[in-house]
Amino acid sequence: MDIHEYQAKEILSQFGVGIPQGALAYSPEQAAYRAREIGGERWVVKAQIHAGGRGKAGGVKVCNSDHEIQAVTEDMFGQKLVTHQTGPEGKGIYRVYVEAAVPIAREIYLGFVLDRATQRVMIIASSEGGMEIEDISAESPDSMIRAVVEPAVGLPEFQCREIAFALGIKPGMIQQMVRTLRGCYRALRELDATMVEVNPLVLTGDDRVLALDAKMAFDNNALFRHPQIMELRDKSQEDPRESRAADHGLSYVGLEGNIGCIVNGAGLAMATMDTIKLAGGEPANFLDIGGGATPERVSRAFRLVMSDKNVQAILINIFAGINRCDWVAEGIVRALRDEPIDVPVVVRLAGTNVEEGQKILAQSGLPLIRATTLMEAAERAVQSWRADQNRNPNLKVV
Amino acid sequence: MSIFLERETKVIVQGITGKMARFHTKEMLDYGTNVVGGVVPGKGGEKVEGVPVFNTVKEAVAETGAEATLVFVPPPAAADSIMEAADAGIRYCVCITDGIPAQDMIRVKRYMYRYPKERRMILTGPNCAGTISPGKAMLGIMPGHIYLQGNVGIIGRSGTLGYEAAAQLKERGLGVSTSVGIGGDPINGSSFRDVLEHFQNDPDTHIICMIGEIGGPQEAEAAEYIRDHITKPVVAYIAGLTAPKGRTMGHAGAIISAFGESAAEKVDILTAAGVTVAENPAVIGETIARVMQ
Repeated sequence: MDIHEYQAKEILSQFGVGIPQGALAYSPEQAAYRAREIGGERWVVKAQIHAGGRGKAGGVKVCNSDHEIQAVTEDMFGQKLVTHQTGPEGKGIYRVYVEAAVPIAREIYLGFVLDRATQRVMIIASSEGGMEIEDISAESPDSMIRAVVEPAVGLPEFQCREIAFALGIKPGMIQQMVRTLRGCYRALRELDATMVEVNPLVLTGDDRVLALDAKMAFDNNALFRHPQIMELRDKSQEDPRESRAADHGLSYVGLEGNIGCIVNGAGLAMATMDTIKLAGGEPANFLDIGGGATPERVSRAFRLVMSDKNVQAILINIFAGINRCDWVAEGIVRALRDEPIDVPVVVRLAGTNVEEGQKILAQSGLPLIRATTLMEAAERAVQSWRADQNRNPNLKVV
Repeated sequence: MSIFLERETKVIVQGITGKMARFHTKEMLDYGTNVVGGVVPGKGGEKVEGVPVFNTVKEAVAETGAEATLVFVPPPAAADSIMEAADAGIRYCVCITDGIPAQDMIRVKRYMYRYPKERRMILTGPNCAGTISPGKAMLGIMPGHIYLQGNVGIIGRSGTLGYEAAAQLKERGLGVSTSVGIGGDPINGSSFRDVLEHFQNDPDTHIICMIGEIGGPQEAEAAEYIRDHITKPVVAYIAGLTAPKGRTMGHAGAIISAFGESAAEKVDILTAAGVTVAENPAVIGETIARVMQ
């Protein structure tokens, strides 16, 4: 789960990380008022969306008066901000963070991630702050400092000092740097974050260490023990179909193609998408319906897949392990009788009780296209989609 | 021989009184697995499917001589159960549970390292379908009947895709020595590399089938190990050629976040290490049959 910059900063400051003075606003008037409250002569207003790359996309503006803040934020609120991380549809701006501008002397990159190679938390730091980590690793890999944290003891001070000295931080500011690093690690560890990124961490002209931007992501599997983090969820930043699916325990990812997929198991779902592509089609989605394919689950899956207007054929691929094919077949038949669908549906069943399942599908009288192997299923789905296209020339070809 | 699991291996089920655990305990007993007990704190003295339930793993080990365990405990307590098994002297643990917090798994792995290698429990999973040595025993939730006994060793991150491979092998009359699910989580007990080492040393395994997917460095790590240490032929399939970057595809660990983590890159890395890569999931069985000839 992702959270906003202002939320990440609030959390990190509770763990001892320095942040510039700032406040949140839900309207242009409030943004201007916030600036007066903060005081000073220069402010930065930042669109709060769940994606990086805001600066280049016009989501971060430096202002010199509260009037300017009002004018600038009037153009932000309610707009979709498109950055290289949001996809073409962008993300809506409904909150703006107003912050006192600070005199920047140096910018540093700081990241904490779960490293899958060492299976521990890894710290990545670089003197090339402000650049994105992908660009740093491509353009100046030598500037990257890596340190792995021993999970039993946590992050000791010496390791923080090593990082700070390697970054060339002057002795008088080492202690502040140690506190910042330990604060970030403790926040990650205690709140089950999967990522903490402070980019840039700035050293100011008046010798302060401040998190100028902050990003945190949390482990969905651990949210049960952090209700205060769960409350930070902002559904306006999520794909509505994906969050609805997640609320029902289905995992769904929308894609660009037009063949909808309903599959059990994540690996098989990806493999099914690949086979569709190989057969000359494009998958419209990833969807894993999990273990128990009850009629309710199957109809929910149908509804979800059909809510994508680009879907022009559906491929169901079930390999029954814990499931039984006859139950799955009944589920499909009942779901389609309750809510008929006007696109071709290809069904491939395999595993436990496959003959009984096929019989139920055959006897249902529904216009289902059956297949026995994965390849055959994908080919039939692509063929039936093409045939449907020829019959309905008005349908949009994606 | 097979790896991890033999006909006589004594097995317990942690969390045996749950509905799913009961069902799969019966399936395992029917398959011929030597299930000797279960563990649920506070339910010691009860019986499930005719096997005794104990309060602690230590007690179960002392009473039954259990060597292997299947963890069926809900996510908040699963990591604790794995550590309990490691401390009680269990030799092999399969964890089925999906949804264990990543930091809990980091702690589990750190905890297991306190034991010297010869006494350290082997963990496969979590978030996997389990391990089966066809014709001998099964420790997991897979449909046992789709596996023939034979000489193909299977290692896979995905459960149902592993079934797909086993079914394609069966269609061609080919069987499996052991099939091991390593699970779809980012922090897992055993990697491809760890299991490859066991298959290399198993005389009954003549060829190894590796089923990977997008995300993480373990396929690339395995490629290096195969190039330097594996003398048996290896066939691989990598799922997710059509998966977009930066999106989690079902499995918590199935997300492309760095170079070398996309399916196309993994295919290249494995091919360069001498692995025969099946181009699509429909030809996994066919490719293995071809390489075996």
